Amino acid sequence: MRNLWFHLMPYKDLPATFKQDHNSIWVDIDPRLLTPEKVHEYYNEYMDELEYAAECGFDAICVNEHHGNAYGLMPSPNLIAATLARRTSNAAICVMGASLALYNPPTRVAEEFAMLDCISGGRLIAGFPVGTPMDTCYVYGQNPSTLRQRYLEAHDLIIKAWAAEEAFAYNGRFNQQRYVNVWPRPVQKPHPPIWVPGGGSVETWAWCGEMDYVYSYVSYYGHVAAEATMMGFWEEMARQGKDRNPFRAGFLQFVGVAETREEAIRLYREPAEFFYSNCLHVDPSYVMPPGYVSEATQRMKMKSQVQAAADRSSILSSVKNEMEGILAEGYVLIGSPDEVADQLRKIARKFNVGNLLTLLQFGNMDRQLANYNTKLFAEKVMPQIRDLFEDEWEHKWWPKPMGQAARAMPRTLMAAE
Amino acid sequence: MNAPMERTVEVNGRPCRVWERGEGKPIFWLGSGPMLFRWSAFHDALAEKARLVACSLPGYPGSEGHDILDDHLSWCLAARDLLEAAGFRPGDTLMGSSTAGALAADVAALWPDWVGALVLVAPFGLFEDSDPTRDMFALHPRNAASMISEDPQGYAAQLAAPEGEQPVLWNIGVVRANEAAARFLWPLGNTRLNRRLGRVKARTRVIWGAEDKIIPPSYAQRFADGIGPSASIDRIPGAGHLAELDQPAAVARSVLEFVG
Repeated sequence: MRNLWFHLMPYKDLPATFKQDHNSIWVDIDPRLLTPEKVHEYYNEYMDELEYAAECGFDAICVNEHHGNAYGLMPSPNLIAATLARRTSNAAICVMGASLALYNPPTRVAEEFAMLDCISGGRLIAGFPVGTPMDTCYVYGQNPSTLRQRYLEAHDLIIKAWAAEEAFAYNGRFNQQRYVNVWPRPVQKPHPPIWVPGGGSVETWAWCGEMDYVYSYVSYYGHVAAEATMMGFWEEMARQGKDRNPFRAGFLQFVGVAETREEAIRLYREPAEFFYSNCLHVDPSYVMPPGYVSEATQRMKMKSQVQAAADRSSILSSVKNEMEGILAEGYVLIGSPDEVADQLRKIARKFNVGNLLTLLQFGNMDRQLANYNTKLFAEKVMPQIRDLFEDEWEHKWWPKPMGQAARAMPRTLMAAE
Repeated sequence: MNAPMERTVEVNGRPCRVWERGEGKPIFWLGSGPMLFRWSAFHDALAEKARLVACSLPGYPGSEGHDILDDHLSWCLAARDLLEAAGFRPGDTLMGSSTAGALAADVAALWPDWVGALVLVAPFGLFEDSDPTRDMFALHPRNAASMISEDPQGYAAQLAAPEGEQPVLWNIGVVRANEAAARFLWPLGNTRLNRRLGRVKARTRVIWGAEDKIIPPSYAQRFADGIGPSASIDRIPGAGHLAELDQPAAVARSVLEFVG
């Protein structure tokens, strides 16, 4: 099992009355709430935390992209990933990812990912999300009716651009470029492993299967709500005749570890309640632009009671935001290292998931607690779950970096040694 | 209410629905999505005195093919092809409402000698920074109906699945009609009609619900100014954005009086 340490980079200094006084944390978030000097502090703290996770032995560190969002301060995850590439040497760098349809031309993504793969010596996991409605349609003004078609075309163009042996003209439905010629090219051939973060649309499952990409279910509602989605994914793999290699799938889970469960509840109550009270306070007006969800997915969701329930919980603000409810729903998984490891093993087996994306900093959690959580997880949980699936299956979707001897050593790392 | 005659025409090889009822002078109507889910009091009021030909644009109720239209030119051509297939002849009257009103205005601007008379009911197509339209594609589920109509219950009834229809499938059709409109209007509803309105030669009536909460009623003057002296304005008291739903008799009267 691969352990990936994921950061959302929340803006922690929200007023206590945020939910009562403000309409939404996303799209029309009040810009007067932001103090750039605070963001300076947060960026440096959060990058320290990511680097610390790499030091502690996590297999990968992850960043992602949001726009107009106070719980995700990374409109450009590639900027953060570039600094991480210079400050770490072994962990994979997972950019989860670049919303392909937002870039004009999409070859910008091919270029920046190639840069990251070159800087890191071939450690990049290239995340290809469609992107949320809030980010893509409302903040970035993309048409929900063409978003998925544009995404697929951008994907085709990027893959072709990475592999082409000479400059070529691209005459697409949405993009025309006379000279496509990406410099540099990625270290990994034919390209870095591609992971697709998704919410549970049938097209994404089907497409990941057809393209042989990793499907990563990125939800904040934990393992209980995820069951229908993960089962749906594996049903689709079976329909396509694909093997059940668990490394085809990723799954995100909030985790809080402490010496005992009681201690964990005490430590993680505030950051968990902060996240589930404030960070999911999204105006429902921005959740369902017409056309964003395909008709096939609408049919599937309307048929599936479980999925419909999960959707309702995300849309109609029936989200639990007190610790007892958060734990009962499985949004956050907490306990002693043994308890957490035991639960994670069960979940991983049940969902058949080989890539665990953990959120160990969440809400307004401070640096000290985030590092404690990270260290305890790395030292006492990871060793108990790491062996899962590794002897049974080959991970075909993990970066293949250059050999250590061939890799350049950044001056900062050399000094540290 | 009497049921209309229904037929299917092809636009870009995809089926589009045409409803027709009444006798006399034809009025070809590019209706908004909500007003094409069921025949209403407004349809009846027009069909009593004229021949109403209600055309569903691609993706609108009863029609397919919005998903192959990628740019504004394709939408304008689809609107004209639909009208032509429905029987529109040079000099006929064209009416367009709300989302579809933007395309009706474009048809009259692009083929000025083709359209004899033009009726626009609260059309999209313009956006004024200092007097913005509301984001019709980001209405809160709680108050969407009261934003769109002065008769929220009537609006809900207009969209509700008819007896015997599968509500799930019906609802997909409602979302599809909204998506089709978004496909040519996202994100601002601004099709840059301001650059083309001056080409309209048809005498024009601009009808606007005085209580429109989606597009400020002040836009009526913008359309009339853009088209020129041949345009007149009729404001409908007690009507919101879907004036035909809120005040069917008053809107029908205005249209019929204008058409003559």
